[in-house]
Amino acid sequence: MVNKNISKVLISSLQELPERLGKTFHVGNMELAVFKLSNGTVRAIENRCPHKGGVLSEGIVSGDSVFCPMHDWKICLEDGLVQAPDKGCVKTYSTVIEGEDVFLLIE
Amino acid sequence: MGKKKLVLVGNGMAGVRTIEEIIKLTKDQFEITIFGSEPHPNYNRILLSKVLQGDTEVADITLNDWSWYEDNDIQLYTDETVVKVDSDRKVVVTDAGRIEPYDEVIVATGSVPFILPIPGADKEGVTAFRDIKDTEIMLKASKKYKKAAVIGGGLLGLEAARGLLNLGMEVNVIHLAPYLMERQLDPMAGKMLQTELEKQGMTFLLEKQTKEIFGEERVEGLRFSDGTEIEADLVVMAVGIKPNISLAVESGLEVNRGIVVNDYMQTNIPHVYAVGECAEHNGIPYGLVAPLYEQGKVLAKTICDVKTEPYKGSVLYTQLKVSGVEVFSAGDFTEGDDKKAVKVFDEQDSYYKKLVLRGNQIVGAVLFGDSSDGNRLVSMIQKQADISDTMKVSLLQPTGQEAGASLVATMSDDEIICGCNGVSKGAIVSAIQTQSCTSVDEIKACTSASRSCGGCKPLVAEVLQHTLGSSFDSKQQKEAICGCTTLSRDEVVEEIKAKGLTHVKEVMFVLDWKTEEGCSKCRPALNYYLGMVNPTGYEDEKESRFVNERMHANIQKDGTYSVVPRMYGGVTNANDLRRIADVVDKYEIPLVKVTGGQRIDLFGVKKDDLPKVWEDLDMPSGFAYGKSLRTVKTCVGEQFCRFGTQDSMGLGIQLEKKYEGLQTPHKVKMAVSACPRSCAESGFKDIGYIGIDGGWELYIGGNGGTHVRGGDLLYKVKTEEEVIEITSAYLQYYRETANYLERTSAWVDRVGLDHIREVLDDKEKRKELSARMDKALSVIEDPWKAIIEDKKLKKELFETVVTS
Repeated sequence: MVNKNISKVLISSLQELPERLGKTFHVGNMELAVFKLSNGTVRAIENRCPHKGGVLSEGIVSGDSVFCPMHDWKICLEDGLVQAPDKGCVKTYSTVIEGEDVFLLIE
Repeated sequence: MGKKKLVLVGNGMAGVRTIEEIIKLTKDQFEITIFGSEPHPNYNRILLSKVLQGDTEVADITLNDWSWYEDNDIQLYTDETVVKVDSDRKVVVTDAGRIEPYDEVIVATGSVPFILPIPGADKEGVTAFRDIKDTEIMLKASKKYKKAAVIGGGLLGLEAARGLLNLGMEVNVIHLAPYLMERQLDPMAGKMLQTELEKQGMTFLLEKQTKEIFGEERVEGLRFSDGTEIEADLVVMAVGIKPNISLAVESGLEVNRGIVVNDYMQTNIPHVYAVGECAEHNGIPYGLVAPLYEQGKVLAKTICDVKTEPYKGSVLYTQLKVSGVEVFSAGDFTEGDDKKAVKVFDEQDSYYKKLVLRGNQIVGAVLFGDSSDGNRLVSMIQKQADISDTMKVSLLQPTGQEAGASLVATMSDDEIICGCNGVSKGAIVSAIQTQSCTSVDEIKACTSASRSCGGCKPLVAEVLQHTLGSSFDSKQQKEAICGCTTLSRDEVVEEIKAKGLTHVKEVMFVLDWKTEEGCSKCRPALNYYLGMVNPTGYEDEKESRFVNERMHANIQKDGTYSVVPRMYGGVTNANDLRRIADVVDKYEIPLVKVTGGQRIDLFGVKKDDLPKVWEDLDMPSGFAYGKSLRTVKTCVGEQFCRFGTQDSMGLGIQLEKKYEGLQTPHKVKMAVSACPRSCAESGFKDIGYIGIDGGWELYIGGNGGTHVRGGDLLYKVKTEEEVIEITSAYLQYYRETANYLERTSAWVDRVGLDHIREVLDDKEKRKELSARMDKALSVIEDPWKAIIEDKKLKKELFETVVTS
């Protein structure tokens, strides 16, 4: 905890997250899509495609990207950037795994 | 020895093309200076009509941009007009007072539009159609004014008229002759063209002579010699062009209609040449781009002292396309005296073709409706080719696509494909083979073919297709399933079978996928192929499924879902309806709608509610979200209908119960109608059944969506058993051979009805297919039930977690 403005929220146990599928979380008034990738990494992004607000939690996951189910935009889960030729960016959130617990870091 | 000074007067297509040819021959012989009256670099005047018609922008029709002049060390003076060539002092003088010395000077002043010498021709709102400035005047006028009159029903007039029509103006075309384009067309083609253009909204006033343009400052109308008038607030004069010879006259060059030149484009004064529309060769000033480019080639060689064939005149031809109407004429196309015509006229498809022969030699031609033979005819006329009887017949064939391809095949390498730029078939073929051009645009960049008027684009495309031949076809055949691999669908399926691959990740690993986990295209496809190859052993991968098929509901734009319960054959009852109504109340479902496939659709269901909604409905899934059998639509049939000859509801329910939940390459819709009235719209379904006296007709490949396609009659059969057996075999063959996401309508077109029939005619094959279908059907379970009973799955897929 470097900065006291950051709070750490327990959101799930690791094994409750399905692999290569998204899950929807409401944290405060935010809606997030959380993904457990094949390599065990957990990523969290805003559950809203910058294109037309598609629910990213329901997209097909490939490596470190998700394909929006609405119009097939490809979004990188690490930095939230939309892959060319489309443009845009979604907000990303840091996650921490401690043992079996998955935490979300929220500023 | 220093460089010689070469001056070009006129910065247009013919002059600059000549300079391009000179640069090709020698890089450092000349110091080049160009004068142009317009403020632009060299642009494609032919495409002004396209700019007006809204197909392109002024910026896109530049042929040589500013940097081309710089890169070639050419001094360009725009907005500056040469007023005199002083051949005694060997200088040119401009209206800006500049005096530029020359060793060689080319006059390429083009032509000026002919303006009728009638009262009012100088009023505001009267313009010619010659350059960018005129085009801009017309574009501007169209925003403010409504009524346009075009004087002149020739090539240019009609193109202007079409453009003004596109700009939302009413257009009257006034023409002196009794039919349109009388210089390029015979009366027959002229009349056909008129009919076609009238359909598009043009109005024609033929055999009318404009006597006066009336109005105050701005034009208000036209008055004709017969006393009649029309209103007009924009008048475009397109009655012809005349060589621009004022400079030549001023400079003492010999002129007739144009500047008189010999076979080497030399004028009567040494070191002064003329090229393009201002030049007159052998009594003819040419007004079309192809001959001018031919002249440019000869002139370039002459100036560079390179041996050249003399210019011997050109076969004149015209190719016009006004909003889809193809018109072509070439050579001497009026029959009579010793010339005989051969004609084909198809009034129904408005298609007309005429060849004019002198003895066995072809001397001219007119084409209307399809001008794809044009270039070939031009080169035959140029060669004064002998026509045999078979040739005559083949030339007069309407050219379909197949004929077009074979036309390219029969062309010799030296035949010209692009008349504007003199690009032969051979040059295009060599660009494809040696420069690996694979598109018309690449060929354009390499060879200039189709760079000017664009009329030969289809032909260039045909050469491309023909040259790539089998590799082009195999490319078509071998389309990689997505960007993650170079393998085609067939190759992938073959490998899955041969290597016994069992899951998506393994396929990607073994077949060297470029991405570790594929993409949204290949993942669902591989998931389908694996299940199709091994229906009883494969475990479906939900993470490779598109959202709707993973959630077993249709996602909506707001992230809610819609739910369609199964309703076999579109038949329901009070109990089912009551249950649906209760669910709608309990879950506050905002919209209940009847679908096109005779089902009830519940919209706006929240993701977390889906399993509960299914449980309360207690009905099987209607698979409205699946690449699967969607619905079997039925008419009421013999149970109630006065006309129904068959039990359509009975057969529909039977079909739907048998095939529900089947995984197919794309969605499959069926319809059963009890009689040929086809109230269930059987002709527009993937499989449609129509009851006839004593049996059923089976139609396949119908589609009522984006690409409407009427179904093809596959079989007539007598019994329901046969109906089921053929349906099974047919659907299984589709499952085994179609690309993922290829609807049956596209698949039938691709593999061919005859081929499908051949497979199904084979009793043995039919049985095997039908047996494999039954195997695939044996493992299907209702997905809604499965999810309701599987706590873990329910949680994984449908839970939304709410924290603090």
